[in-house]
Amino acid sequence: MKAVITVTGKDSVGIIAGVSTLCAEQSVNIVDITQSVLSEYFAMIMLADIDALKIPFSDFVDMLADYGSHRGLDIHTMHEDIFNSMHKI
Amino acid sequence: MLNTADILETINMIRQECLDIRTITMGISLYDCVSEDEKRLCDKIYDKIMYSAKDLVSVGCEIEKKYGIPIVNKRVSVTPISLVGGNISSDGYVNVAKTLQRAATDLGINFIGGYSALVHKGETVGASRLIESIPYALSETDIVCSSVNVASTKTGINMDALKKMGDIIKHTAYLTKDKNSIGCAKLVVFANVPEDNPFMAGAFHGVGEPETVINVGVSGPGVVASAIKRAGNCDLSALADIIKKTAFKITRVGQLVAGEAAERLGVPFGIVDLSLAPTPAIGDSVAHVLENMGLECCGAHGTTAALAMLNDAVKKGGVMASSHVGGLSGAFIPVSEDAGMISAVERGVLSIEKLEAMTAVCSVGLDMIAIPGDTDAAVICGIIADEISIGVANTKTTAVRVIPAYGKNVGDSVDFGGLLGTAPIMSVRNESPAVFINRGGRVPAPIHSLKN
Repeated sequence: MKAVITVTGKDSVGIIAGVSTLCAEQSVNIVDITQSVLSEYFAMIMLADIDALKIPFSDFVDMLADYGSHRGLDIHTMHEDIFNSMHKI
Repeated sequence: MLNTADILETINMIRQECLDIRTITMGISLYDCVSEDEKRLCDKIYDKIMYSAKDLVSVGCEIEKKYGIPIVNKRVSVTPISLVGGNISSDGYVNVAKTLQRAATDLGINFIGGYSALVHKGETVGASRLIESIPYALSETDIVCSSVNVASTKTGINMDALKKMGDIIKHTAYLTKDKNSIGCAKLVVFANVPEDNPFMAGAFHGVGEPETVINVGVSGPGVVASAIKRAGNCDLSALADIIKKTAFKITRVGQLVAGEAAERLGVPFGIVDLSLAPTPAIGDSVAHVLENMGLECCGAHGTTAALAMLNDAVKKGGVMASSHVGGLSGAFIPVSEDAGMISAVERGVLSIEKLEAMTAVCSVGLDMIAIPGDTDAAVICGIIADEISIGVANTKTTAVRVIPAYGKNVGDSVDFGGLLGTAPIMSVRNESPAVFINRGGRVPAPIHSLKN
């Protein structure tokens, strides 16, 4: 099972490091990253394997959202199934 | 593998275009609660609802978090109370309504539906008492919803019951006059009522339904409106395709959520309702979908044609996305709950007559329409009879949720708050249909109902 983590907000040092560290601490393996910075606006989509996640998924969602709010970032974590059902027949 | 464009499209639908799951509604049978003792009946109903739906809100919240999509309402629908109340008194029925309210409040759900009677051919003692009690039940509760089915294509129209509903609606408006007659916003008069509808105020748990069931209603007018806008100046065949594809995507989310909710709650999945359900929020309006299709304003000539095409395309796209489709499944056109409809009424473009025509090609009917408080009950009956006839003659569901706002007149508006929105008072024709309505009896079923 995978989750899609989207991170948006003002660019600063260590955003990827911070999010990646939180993932690593919870045994979440990052599979793919798409990231860009446009006029100081940071946007990243991260695909992560959550099979070995140590905590309930909803707690992981909250944890990343809290981290984001402390850093002035908008972080949303969604289960991949919503994208699969919407875009694949 | 997921691609970035698909991910961004989904996220954009949820964050910018108001895509949400409007409701997860759990249907609960109350047949095993029947008792001739009123208190025992109420106790059993309370216990059954509390037990069956104990995890509904928490599961709804978990799914909301897992998929990152808002689930706006968690609701319960129950067996029509007139079928389990039997011969208890009208006051007893009001106590049942209060019991429903207590259970709904304790569960933390948004609405509970099923304070209902099915009287399309005639009234049982229980149905008559429930109908008499509706104004009191709705004025003494906040989140209990009521519906009465007065007609079907198979049986024709029960005009005696329909006639009563004019007075019941007026009385409900009076008893809730301190809250803009909000009681009437929780009362629907139906023809061909569906038994698995997850949307309020018309939801109840039908007679052929299982012990418990999960039905889901999606929203998504904003998503369709944006897709049409992006399409630019394409022809109507291309536009229909775009609407179908969008409806497919919206409905797939509904199916995903419904399946997961059913599995987690250990309850059978019933249906996904394909309706495009608007909210008063900007960017979540069915009227704006029609305007993006090319109308200067909703209500203009051409509106019925645009709506017919929209409704058909939504169904075609949605039906492939879900294993079971049901409920109302069409575009809703509630005036007070749709920013575009409100503005079209305020501009004087959208009238009750045009809305009536629109209901012939979409679900569900004259919905959330505020009219002057001094409108005669017979005129209200005439409005209902017209609308119900459209449903009976066209073998489709139609309904009337009309609010004769006490003390208000054309030019005023009433604010119900939340999803119920704000309704400008619409003018009605006051020439009386009383003699026709007072004839009573039953309008015979149309010839095309004889299909066997």
